[in-house]
Amino acid sequence: MINLPLLPIILPFLFAILLLFFKENIRVQRSLTLIGLLASLVAALFLVFKVKADGIQAVTLGSWPAPFGISMVSDMLAALLVTTTILLTLFIVIYSFSSIGEGRERFFYYPAILFMVTGVNGAFTTGDIFNLFVFFEVLLIASYVLIVLGGEKKQLRESIKYVLVNVISSALFVITVAFLYSVIGTLNMADISVKIAQVGQPGIITVIAILLLIVFGVKGAIFPLYFWLPGSYAAPPIPVLTLFGALLTKVGVYAIMRTYTLFFVHDIGFTHEILSVLSILTIIAGCIGALAYFDLKQIIIYNIVIAVGVILYGAAQMNESGLAGAIFYLIHDMLIKGALFLLIGIIIYVTGTSNLRKMGGLIQTHAPLGWFYLIAAFGLAGIPPLSGFVGKLLIVKGAFEAGNSWGAIILLASSLIVLLSVIRIFIYAFWGKPVAIPQTDRRPYRNMMMPAVVLVILSVLYGVGTEWLFPYMTDATNGLLQPSIYIDAVLKE
Amino acid sequence: MKTNDVILQTTTKVVFFIIFLFSIHIFFAGHYTPGGGFVGGLLTTGALVLLLLAFDLKTVKQALPFNFTIVTGIGLLLALGTASASLVFNVPFFTHAFDDFTLPLFGVTSLHTAMLFDAGVYLVVVGAAITIIQSIGGDA
Amino acid sequence: MEFVMAIVIGILFMAAVYLILSRSLLKVILGTGLLSHGAHLLILTMGGLGGTSPPVLADGVTDYADPLPQALILTAIVISFGVTAVILVLAYRAYAVHKTDNMNLLKGNDEHD
Repeated sequence: MINLPLLPIILPFLFAILLLFFKENIRVQRSLTLIGLLASLVAALFLVFKVKADGIQAVTLGSWPAPFGISMVSDMLAALLVTTTILLTLFIVIYSFSSIGEGRERFFYYPAILFMVTGVNGAFTTGDIFNLFVFFEVLLIASYVLIVLGGEKKQLRESIKYVLVNVISSALFVITVAFLYSVIGTLNMADISVKIAQVGQPGIITVIAILLLIVFGVKGAIFPLYFWLPGSYAAPPIPVLTLFGALLTKVGVYAIMRTYTLFFVHDIGFTHEILSVLSILTIIAGCIGALAYFDLKQIIIYNIVIAVGVILYGAAQMNESGLAGAIFYLIHDMLIKGALFLLIGIIIYVTGTSNLRKMGGLIQTHAPLGWFYLIAAFGLAGIPPLSGFVGKLLIVKGAFEAGNSWGAIILLASSLIVLLSVIRIFIYAFWGKPVAIPQTDRRPYRNMMMPAVVLVILSVLYGVGTEWLFPYMTDATNGLLQPSIYIDAVLKE
Repeated sequence: MKTNDVILQTTTKVVFFIIFLFSIHIFFAGHYTPGGGFVGGLLTTGALVLLLLAFDLKTVKQALPFNFTIVTGIGLLLALGTASASLVFNVPFFTHAFDDFTLPLFGVTSLHTAMLFDAGVYLVVVGAAITIIQSIGGDA
Repeated sequence: MEFVMAIVIGILFMAAVYLILSRSLLKVILGTGLLSHGAHLLILTMGGLGGTSPPVLADGVTDYADPLPQALILTAIVISFGVTAVILVLAYRAYAVHKTDNMNLLKGNDEHD
C-alpha cells in the first residue's frame, strides 16, 4: 500500500464531499462525519506504526520521478501530528453536536471542518514547498467559511481582518516561493535541502529564510505578527475557536520547524538566533496579554501565543534536547489547548458570560468541571507528571546545552505566569461567593463534558506515558536533526 | 421593475448556446492544446451569468433546475474518484492512464483518464461559481 | 524582457499596497487581487522568460521554456480566484450587516474587557 501517507488526507476529503449531498439531513451529516474521522484515525494510527517499523514513507504523485513530481512524505513527526489532528477533530466534532446549533450544522459546518482537516493533514504531510502553499490555502478557505459561519455582526467584522491578513501572507508566500525557485531551481523540499547544501547558503537564501519566517510567522502568530490573532479568534463559537487554536497556528509552527531544520541549517548563527529572539519576545508578549484580560477566551487565546513561542524556542536550539522538547510540547499543546478551550466553552455555557468578574462559586454546582479544569490548567503550566512537563524540561535542557541560559530562565518564568493566568480563571470562576447563574439544561452540559473529560485524560496519559512514547519521539527528532534521512527517503526510491 | 431589454434577451438566446458549445470545445481541446476543465468551466459560467443578466434569477432557476451545490459535489467526487483509482492498482496517487483507440467516427483518438479529472474540475468550477453568484444575487 | 517585467511587477505591488491601505473595503479587495497578479507574474519571470519556445521536456529538445512556473501560476490563479470569490461574498455580507464599507468603522474590539 504505497499510498498509505495519503489516506489521512483523502478520507476526510471524500467524506467532506459526501456531506455536500446531505445538506438538510443533520443526522446523516453527524454520523458520516464521525465515520469519516474514525476511518481517518485508523489510517493515521496504521501510518504511525508503519513509519515506526519501516522508516519514512514517501510517495511521489502521478508516478513522476522524485524531484519533479509532488512528493508526499510521512516521517514520524508528520505522522504523529496527523494522528493528533484527527483525534482532536473527533472530540471537537462530538462536542459540536450539542453546542454548535442546527443553523450552523445545516450550513456546511461539518464539510468545512473536514476540508480543514484535509488541508491541515496535507500541510503536515507534503514534501513540496508549493504544494504546502496549496494545502495552506485549502485549510485557510475552509477556515474562512468556519470563522464567518453564523454571520453574527462581530464574526463578520473580525473575519474580514482574518481573511485579509491571511491573503496578504499567502501572496507573500507565493512571492517567496518564486524567489526560492529562481535561486535553487526546484520545489521539492528534499531537493531544495540538497541544493542549498551545495551552494552553502549565500545571502539570498538567508533573505528567503527570513521571508519564509514572516509568512509562517503570520500564520503561526509569532511576536510582531500575532496582532490579528486575539481579535479574530474570539469571534467564532467555541468549537471553531478550539479547532483554530489547537490546529491552525500549529501548522505555521510546523512549517517553520520543517524549513528551519531541513533548508536553512548552514547559517544558524543568524537565522536561528533571530528565531530564538523572536520566540522569546513572543512568550513575553503572550504573557502580558494572558495577565491583562479578564475575559476567559482572551486569556486562553494569549496562551496559544505563549505556546507558539515555547515550541519555536525549542526548535531554534537545533540540538537533540531542544528539538525533542519542541515536538513533545507541540503535541502536548494541541491536546491541552483542545481540552482547555472545550472546558472554558462549558464554563461560558453554564454561566452565560465570558467575563471572569461576573462569575464565581461554580465549584458548588459543577464540581467535576472545576477539577478537570484544574488538571488541564496544571498540565498547561507543565507540573509533573502532567503532559507539559517533559516537553518544557527538554526545551530548557536544550537551551542550557546551547548556552542560552537567559532564554531558559525566561521560559521557566513564563511557566509561572501561565500557571497564574489559568489559575486565576479557576479562582474567579470556581471559588468565592456563588453568583446566580442562568438556568441551563443539564443534558447538553453532560454531553459537552464527555469529550472534554476524555481529552483531559488523554493529555494526562500523554504525560504519564512519556516513557512509552519516547521511541516515537526519538524517531521524529532524528528526522529533523539529520536531514539526510529525510532526503534519502524521498530521492532514493 | 420592468425594463425593456428585448435586444439583450433575444441575443442571449442565441449567444448562450454559442458560448456553451465553445466552452465544450475548449474543454475537450485541453491536454494537448490550450484549454481544459477550468477554462471551459469559466466559459460556461460566463454563459450562465449572461443568462442571469438578460433574464432574472427565477426564470433561470426554472430553466436550469439544478442544485449547483450538488453539481460541485459531483465534480469533486469525479475528480477525487479518478485520482483515487490509482489506489486500487497500488500505484502512486494521481497516476493517469492513456492509450490511443480507433473509434468509429473520430479515427485514432487518444483517450486519457486525466479527461475525467478535468470533467470533475469543470463541474466544480461551474457549480461553485454559480452557487456564489446565486447567493449574492439572491437577496438583491 | 525580465527587466521590464520587474518594473511591471513593482508597479502592480505599488498599486496593490496603495489600495490595501485605503479605507474602502472594495478597494482593499481589488488591492489583494492586484497583489496576487503581481505574485503570479513574479513566478513567471523568476522561472526565466523562455521567449517563443514551447514548454516541452523531451529528448533532443534543447530550447524550451520552463513548464513548471506555468503549472504553478495556473494553480495560484485558481486559488486566488476562489479566495477572491470568498472575500467578495464576505464583504457583501459584512456590508449588508454593518451598513458600511469603511474600514475605519469596522475597527474595534468592544467586547473585550
